[in-house]
Amino acid sequence: MPNASHFKRLPMRVGEPVTVFVEGRAIEVESYDTAAAAVLIAGLVPSRTTPTSGSARAPYCLMGVCFECLLDIDGVANQQGCMVKVRDGMQIHRQVGARDIHESPQETA
Amino acid sequence: MTKTATQGSRSADVCLIGGGLVGMAIALGLQRNGLRITVIDEGDVALRASRGNFGLIWVQGKGDTLPEYAEITRLSARLWPSLAASLKHSTGVDVQLQQRGGLYLCLTEQELDARARMLEKIRAAAGGDYPYEKLDLKQVREKIPEVGDTVAGATWCPEDGHVNPLLLLRAMMERFNAQGGVMDNAGCVETIEHHSGGFRLRARSGGIWDCARIVLCAGLGNRELAPQVGLSAPLSPNRGQVLVGERVRPFLNYPTGYVRQTGEGSVQIGDSKEDVGFDSGTTTEVMAKIAHRAVKLFPLLRDVKLVRAWGALRVMTPDGYPIYQTSTTCPGAYLVTCHSGVTLAAFHEGPLADWISSDRHDPSLEVFHAERFTL
Amino acid sequence: MSSRNTTDVCYDLAIIGAGPAGMAAAAEAGQLGLATVLIDEQEEAGGQIYRAIERAPLADEGILGSDYYKGRSLLKAMQASHTDYLPGTTVWDVEDDLTLNVSHHGRSRQVRARRLLIATGAQERPVPFTGWTLPGVMTCGAAQVLLKNSALVPSAPLVLAGSGPLMLLVASQLSYAGVPIKALLDTTPRENYFRAARYSPGALRNLKLLLKGVGLLRTLKRSGVPHITGVESLRAESGKDDHLDKVYYRRKGADHELDCRSLLVHQGVVPNVQLTRALELKHRWNEQQQCWNPHADVWGETSRAGIFVAGDSSGIAGAQAAEEAGRLSVLQIAKQLGQLEEDTRNKRAVPIRRRLGPHQAIRPFLDVLYQPARPFLIPEDDTIVCRCEEITAGELRSIADAGCQGPNQAKAFSRAGMGPCQGRLCGLTVSQVLAERNNQSIDAVGYYHIRPPIKPLTIGELADIAN
Repeated sequence: MPNASHFKRLPMRVGEPVTVFVEGRAIEVESYDTAAAAVLIAGLVPSRTTPTSGSARAPYCLMGVCFECLLDIDGVANQQGCMVKVRDGMQIHRQVGARDIHESPQETA
Repeated sequence: MTKTATQGSRSADVCLIGGGLVGMAIALGLQRNGLRITVIDEGDVALRASRGNFGLIWVQGKGDTLPEYAEITRLSARLWPSLAASLKHSTGVDVQLQQRGGLYLCLTEQELDARARMLEKIRAAAGGDYPYEKLDLKQVREKIPEVGDTVAGATWCPEDGHVNPLLLLRAMMERFNAQGGVMDNAGCVETIEHHSGGFRLRARSGGIWDCARIVLCAGLGNRELAPQVGLSAPLSPNRGQVLVGERVRPFLNYPTGYVRQTGEGSVQIGDSKEDVGFDSGTTTEVMAKIAHRAVKLFPLLRDVKLVRAWGALRVMTPDGYPIYQTSTTCPGAYLVTCHSGVTLAAFHEGPLADWISSDRHDPSLEVFHAERFTL
Repeated sequence: MSSRNTTDVCYDLAIIGAGPAGMAAAAEAGQLGLATVLIDEQEEAGGQIYRAIERAPLADEGILGSDYYKGRSLLKAMQASHTDYLPGTTVWDVEDDLTLNVSHHGRSRQVRARRLLIATGAQERPVPFTGWTLPGVMTCGAAQVLLKNSALVPSAPLVLAGSGPLMLLVASQLSYAGVPIKALLDTTPRENYFRAARYSPGALRNLKLLLKGVGLLRTLKRSGVPHITGVESLRAESGKDDHLDKVYYRRKGADHELDCRSLLVHQGVVPNVQLTRALELKHRWNEQQQCWNPHADVWGETSRAGIFVAGDSSGIAGAQAAEEAGRLSVLQIAKQLGQLEEDTRNKRAVPIRRRLGPHQAIRPFLDVLYQPARPFLIPEDDTIVCRCEEITAGELRSIADAGCQGPNQAKAFSRAGMGPCQGRLCGLTVSQVLAERNNQSIDAVGYYHIRPPIKPLTIGELADIAN
C-alpha cells in the first residue's frame, strides 16, 4: 500500500480535479498533472524497480531525461510517467523490473 | 595496463594487426602455444566490426557451396563450450553462451522449402552427418509459443547457439593482458617492411614494431595491408543494421536468426545486407523493414521500445568465405579474415592458432586461399 | 497557428524545442516570412524555464517571480506568428537531407525542411553520490517542474544540496511559498570564489543579473533557511521503506546527518547534446563549464551546413541569451534562403547582439564560481554512474585498467549507456572517469557515439512506417 502523501498542493488559479488509480487506490489529482506527479502525490514508493537488480527507484528529473519514472499506465508497461498527462480513470501501477511481453494489451489492427 | 604509441621500437614473437574478435582469439591461441604476442589496435575509434556482431554461433546453412566451411563451422561450434568455460575460469567474465539449438524462421512455404533443400544439400556433401530438422508452425510453437500466425515454419539445428559478443571481446582482452600480452592502441598500421629477420611495422602515428611473424587481422584494413606482404584481401564492406529493444522478461529460449534475446533480456533484431560502402549508419527505411519483419515473426514485440539501433560493416570476401593464408614471398606473414568472428572464435583460438604457431603447411586450408577469387 | 497535415510540405525552417530560443526564433521567422514548423515533445510550450507558462496554475505569482512571467510575451509572439506548432511530438531521427522522423501519439511521420534549428535546451547535470538513486532524491529542476506545472511542493523534512544559481532560486521560491527547508547544503568549493573573482569585470557588465543574485542570497538569508557552505561530500540513505530517510554531509572534516524525506540536488545544467551528437556534429569540451558544446559560428550554424543550434543546447547562457541566439540564427537562415539581404541582416542583428552581450560577459564568472566540486564530476568507486544499468565508477575504472580506452568500448564492455535514458545521465561522468583513470584529456577520450532513435519508440510504430 502506498505511504502517506509527501507532496502538497499550493493554491491554484483554477482547479480541475481528476481521479486516477495508483495501485488500485483512488487518488485525486489535477487535470494537468503528469502520471509521475500522481505517483508522487500518492506516495507510491518505489514507483519502479530496476530490471538489473530490483532496486527501488522513483521519479528523478521530471523532464523526460532520466527514465526513472517508468510506470505501467493503463496496462502498457514502461511509459515515462512525466511525459503522460493524467486522464480521469487512469490506472497507474509501478513498473516492476523488466516488462513482460505477454502482458501487452494487443493493439487493434 | 595498455600502452599507447611512443617513439622508438618494440619487439615481439608475433605481432597481430587488429584487436577485434578475430585478432584476440588468435592471440590467445598463440599465447597458449607459448609465444610472446603484441596486438596493435586502433582503439576506441576503430570500425570495430566486432561491436557490430549479432552474437550468433550459427551452424545451419553455412558452407552450402563449400563443404570445408561447413566443417570448420561445426568444429568451432563443438569447441565453443570449452572456450567459454576457460574464459570464465580465467577472467570471471561469463560470455552468456547458450547452445541449445537455433531456429531460422520462415515467413512463406517457398522460403521454408528452399531453405530445407539447401540444408539437405549440405547434409549430402557431409555424407549424411549434418543435424537439422524442418519444422512446421505447430512444431515451432512447441519451442517458441510466441511466434506469429504468419510464420510458415523453421529449420532447426541443435548445434546453433548464441553468446554476448561484447563480453566475449572483453573476456579475451582481459585474458590476453593477464597472460602477459601487450595491447598497443597505437592506431592504424600503415606500412609493413619484410626483411630476412622478420617484419617492421610502422603506424601512422609514428610507432614502430619489429617481430619475427605477423598476422593480419585488421578486418577491412587488411585490404591495404595484405598486398604489402604478397597476399591479396579483396574485401568489401557489407552493412547490416540491427535494432535493440529494451529489456523484457525472458521469453525466447532459442536464437532465431533475425531475433534473439540477450542474456540481460534485451531483444536484438536484425538485419540487413547492404552494399553502401563505408557507411555504417542506420536508415529509417531499413530499420522500418526490419521492425516490420520482427513484428510478423513475434507480434508481441509491437509494444516493446526500441532503445538503440546500429549499423555495422561486415568484412566480406567475394564468396563470403574466410581467407586463411600464409605468404610465400614473405614467409611468416599470415592473413586471417572472415565475417563470422563469433561463430569461428573457438576455431580461431584452437586449430587456426595452432596452425600459425606451428608454421607448417596445412593442405586442408588451401580452399581458403585468396587465389580462388581469380579462378 | 495551425497544425495541418505536414507531410507534403517542405518548410523553410524546422525548429526543435519550444523554450525561449525556439519561441523567439519562431516569432522572428514569422516576421521574416519563413514557412516554419515548431516541434516540441511537451504538450505545452515554454520549455523548462517557462514550463506551463500559458496555464501558470499558481495563484500567487510572487512565488515564481517576474522573470518567469516574462515568458508570456514570448509565447504570445510565437502564437501570433504563422508557425505550424506540433506539441507532444518527439523527433527521433534526422536524415541526411534534414528530413525529420517524428512521433506523435504512437504514430510516426516525416517533416521536411530546408533548415534546422535545434533549440532543445539543457538538462540537469547528473549528480552522482552514494544514495542518489534512492526514491526521494530529485533534482532542483524537477521541483521547479512540479511547482510550475502542478503547483506542487515537496513536504518536510526537505533538504537542498549542491551548487548553482538554480538551486538558490528554487530555495527562495519554495521558501516564499511557505515550504520549510531544513537546510541548504552548498557544495560550492571555497576556492571557486577566489578563482571567480578574476572574472568579475565581466560579471559587472551584467549588473542586473548580479544584483538579482545578490538579492536572492539576501532573501534566502532573511528566510532563515540554514545555508551551510563548504560542504565537501554527500551521502543519502534509506530507511525501512526503501525511501530516502537521511542525508549525511561532510564539512570541515566533520560528519553531519539530517533527517530528510525530500532531497533536491543540483550541480548546474548542461547542454542536451543527444540530438547534436546523433547528427554527428562537431563538439568541443568546455573546460570552464565542464561539458560539451556543439561547434557553432556567430549565427549558431554548426559543423553541418543548414543545421543551427541556439540556446542552452549550444552552451549554457540562460533564458535571455537563448532568446537572442534564436533570433540571430533565424536572421542568418533567412539570409541563406534569400529572404533577407545581408545589410538588413546585419542591421537587425545589432540590437540583438547588444542585448546578448551582458549575458555572455557574465558567463565565465558564473561558470567558474559554480563549477562542480570534483567528487561530483568524478565519483568514488561505489557510486552508481549509469543509473539504468547500475554500473559503478569502480567498475568503469577496472574496465579502464583492463585496457578500455574510451566510452564506446566502456559501453560495450559494461553496458553503461545502454539503458533507456540512452546515456543522458551517465555520458558526462563516464567520460570524466575514464579520462582521469587513463590520464587523458576529456577531448581525447570523447563521448558516447549516440545513435537514433533519439528517444525510444516502439517496434510497432517503427514497423508501421514500412506499411
